[in-house]
Amino acid sequence: MSIIYLLISISVFVAAVFLFLFIRSVKAGQFDDDYTPSVRILFDDELKVNGEEKGSVSEKKNKKENQI
Amino acid sequence: MINVIYYNNVNLDICNRYKGANMESKKCYHCGNEVTSFNRIQFDNKQFCCNGCKTVYEIFSENDLISYYDFETAPGATPNPVTRKYDFLEKEEIVDKLLDFKESEIAIATLYIPHIHCSSCIWILENLNKLSLGVYRSLVNFPEKKVSITFNPSQVNLKQLVELLDSIGYAPYISLKNYEEKPKNIDRSLIYKIGVAFFSFGNVMMLSFPEYFNIEDLWIIEYRDFFRWLILLMSLPVFFYSASPYHIAAWNGLKTGNYTIDIPMSLGIIVMFIRSVYDIVFSHGQGFFDSMCMLVFFMLLGKLFQQRTYNFLSFERDYKSYFPIAVTRIEADGGEKPVQVYDVVKGDRLLIRNEELIPVDSILISAKAFVDYSFVTGEAVPVEKKSGDKLFAGGKQVGEVIEIETVKTVSQSYLTQLWSNDVFQKKVDFKYKTITDSISHYFTPVLLIISVLALVYWMFIDYAVAFNVFTAILIVACPCALALSAPFTMGNVIRIMGRKKFYVKNTIVVEQMAKVDTLVFDKTGTITSSAAAGIYYEGADLNIEEKNAIKNIVRGSNHPLSRRLYEFLPVSKVEKPTLFEEIKGSGVTGIVNNQKYNLGSSQFLNVVNVNLVNETAVYVGIGDVLKGKFVFSNNYRNNLSKIFRNLDELGYGLIVLSGDNDGEEAVLRELLPESTTLVFNQKPDEKLRYIEKLQQQGKNVMMIGDGLNDAGALAQSNVGVSVSENINVFTPASDAILDAKKFSKIPAFLKYSKSAIGIIKRSYIMALTYNVVGISFAISNHLSPLVAAILMPISTVTIISFVTIMSNYYGRKNL
Repeated sequence: MSIIYLLISISVFVAAVFLFLFIRSVKAGQFDDDYTPSVRILFDDELKVNGEEKGSVSEKKNKKENQI
Repeated sequence: MINVIYYNNVNLDICNRYKGANMESKKCYHCGNEVTSFNRIQFDNKQFCCNGCKTVYEIFSENDLISYYDFETAPGATPNPVTRKYDFLEKEEIVDKLLDFKESEIAIATLYIPHIHCSSCIWILENLNKLSLGVYRSLVNFPEKKVSITFNPSQVNLKQLVELLDSIGYAPYISLKNYEEKPKNIDRSLIYKIGVAFFSFGNVMMLSFPEYFNIEDLWIIEYRDFFRWLILLMSLPVFFYSASPYHIAAWNGLKTGNYTIDIPMSLGIIVMFIRSVYDIVFSHGQGFFDSMCMLVFFMLLGKLFQQRTYNFLSFERDYKSYFPIAVTRIEADGGEKPVQVYDVVKGDRLLIRNEELIPVDSILISAKAFVDYSFVTGEAVPVEKKSGDKLFAGGKQVGEVIEIETVKTVSQSYLTQLWSNDVFQKKVDFKYKTITDSISHYFTPVLLIISVLALVYWMFIDYAVAFNVFTAILIVACPCALALSAPFTMGNVIRIMGRKKFYVKNTIVVEQMAKVDTLVFDKTGTITSSAAAGIYYEGADLNIEEKNAIKNIVRGSNHPLSRRLYEFLPVSKVEKPTLFEEIKGSGVTGIVNNQKYNLGSSQFLNVVNVNLVNETAVYVGIGDVLKGKFVFSNNYRNNLSKIFRNLDELGYGLIVLSGDNDGEEAVLRELLPESTTLVFNQKPDEKLRYIEKLQQQGKNVMMIGDGLNDAGALAQSNVGVSVSENINVFTPASDAILDAKKFSKIPAFLKYSKSAIGIIKRSYIMALTYNVVGISFAISNHLSPLVAAILMPISTVTIISFVTIMSNYYGRKNL
């Protein structure tokens, strides 16, 4: 048996696996919201540190504005 | 992908606006509203427009959530003063209906929050667990403006959660609809079909490639049959599953005698399939499966593109979206208890608070009430009701708490009856023939005639060739480019309009818009602005004591202008005027701290030179001195006159249909072009009949309205557009929703819809040219699978790019 039968079967099988995974993820609702995850990924986890730092920065900003 | 681009634009928009504004004038740090000398509150080096905003800021800063303000400038909303409006969430059976899932330790609630609009919103709502211990996790769905909260019901209940959200400016919108609606299953079958078609298309193309070059190589001859049978096998799901919507639509079209574009489409696909199976089974050739898979894939993609849905909008709202789930009933023992609205029976005593809706027809028990009927009748000014008066369901109480006694049940009330009335139910389902369908009406017969003629001609020469030619014509003439141009153009047009805040239900609406020749406007809320218009003060400065005194005097008056003035003035200590007198239709007089104040109309204060017809103002006189005036900015929308004149020049028939009395007739006559017809005192069903009458005269009517009172007219008209200050809530069922800020763009949107039709017509000429080329190949028996595989994608791609570029170009030019 020639190798080409094997290769084509493998390639079709791999493609079919991807099709299956695609359909499964669509079914699970992964593609329903395509916006929020892109924003969520940019949020930092360290709330407290983040909060204090940023807070003081924005305070500074505000002070400057007040001076003007 | 498409969604991402769209929402990013929106965000940039908001972002820029706030940033720009921040430079020029003082804005509330929390909500971005203007901070004036009347309402400024300083706290923590920041400025706030009211106590509510300051309180939210305090909550966030105490919980280290201050980075809320870093993602977006002024992202918040002013929270509502805490009332008992969520009391109904104490009732188990109501809560159970609202929860998606509930067990002893875990519950999930999905709430619709109209205020969600930026990344700060996502951040704060997903950090809700920092504000409430019982919350495990919260997830925002931005396009749908929903947050799904997983919480521990033994630690925190739904009512507390909702009140927490409300207190930080994210009030969830809970209506009777939430109570009744079952979570619906989303139809994702189109995506599956596209997935399958893409899988087959890719593999079939790959396997077809060796044969395209037609080399009589030993290698190819050895594997040819294996390739062909594999292709046949992989095309089966495309033909039977992915293409099934076309076969079904074609079959339905044949049955109803409605010759839509689906018939030649389906015919082309079927002929392609049969011919290819025949070719492969009898070893005649490789067949046209590659073209078939590609075609189906592109067609489905076009369908997806056309299917632009605005997840956060609803075009099908009825009274249930406005009605509360529960109301407060006064029990026999005097206690208050929330009760589900359907459980309200005749004779119940109900308590209606400020801004709450009266859900049933009833009789007023309290001494006085101000009922805002703007959603039912279009009347702008709240109506004063006295004890014993009848109140219709759908009105909103403005002011203090009232007590009412019901005389009907919810389903028998005026508004709900109106809704179950046949005329209001009438769906606009008269078979609208799309531009594509009208073309295909001629296309299909012509195609069949050509192929039969070719068949007969070749019969005299060669039987085998005759069959080949006949099928080849049907294959190559398969009008994929023709069928794709309209969905792609319209899909793009809808997207561009959506970016400009004009949300169209589907592509057919754009086509109908292009045909409109008569525009009917509602008055209240449509050509006037229903949002609390700005108030500003003109004249000599008032000191704090004087402002205090004015506020204390207007407190006693229930005139709508007094109420608005009272809201506008800064918080002060309550002081009873030593004298208070209200002169009906003129103004009020009061004495505070031995100083006499006169507030009222220009006649009341003997002001001589009054400018502008169109200005509403309350003049202020202290003692005998005229100090200045509070101006309530013009209620008519900006540029109204210009818009109407523009539309008049474009040749549209203009009509203003108002539920109000004719008090404003003189003003409107002056503002609007002479050809405008003005009709007053129209009840909801009269509006509907008026539109019907116009349609019987052969007019294509676009109705532009806002309230429930227009709902019938909106449904009856060819295109019903509802104008809304806040597109997330309160729009009656309609074909399109227009953000009130973009009202002046109506002529541009109409023009754009006409350009869209022009684009489609031009693309049809291109598509037909391709078809003629293809058919000439086919008639002369030169259509090899390779030619088909080249010709089809070229025509499809050029037409799609043509319509996309053109619609973007016109979008930029017109809007």
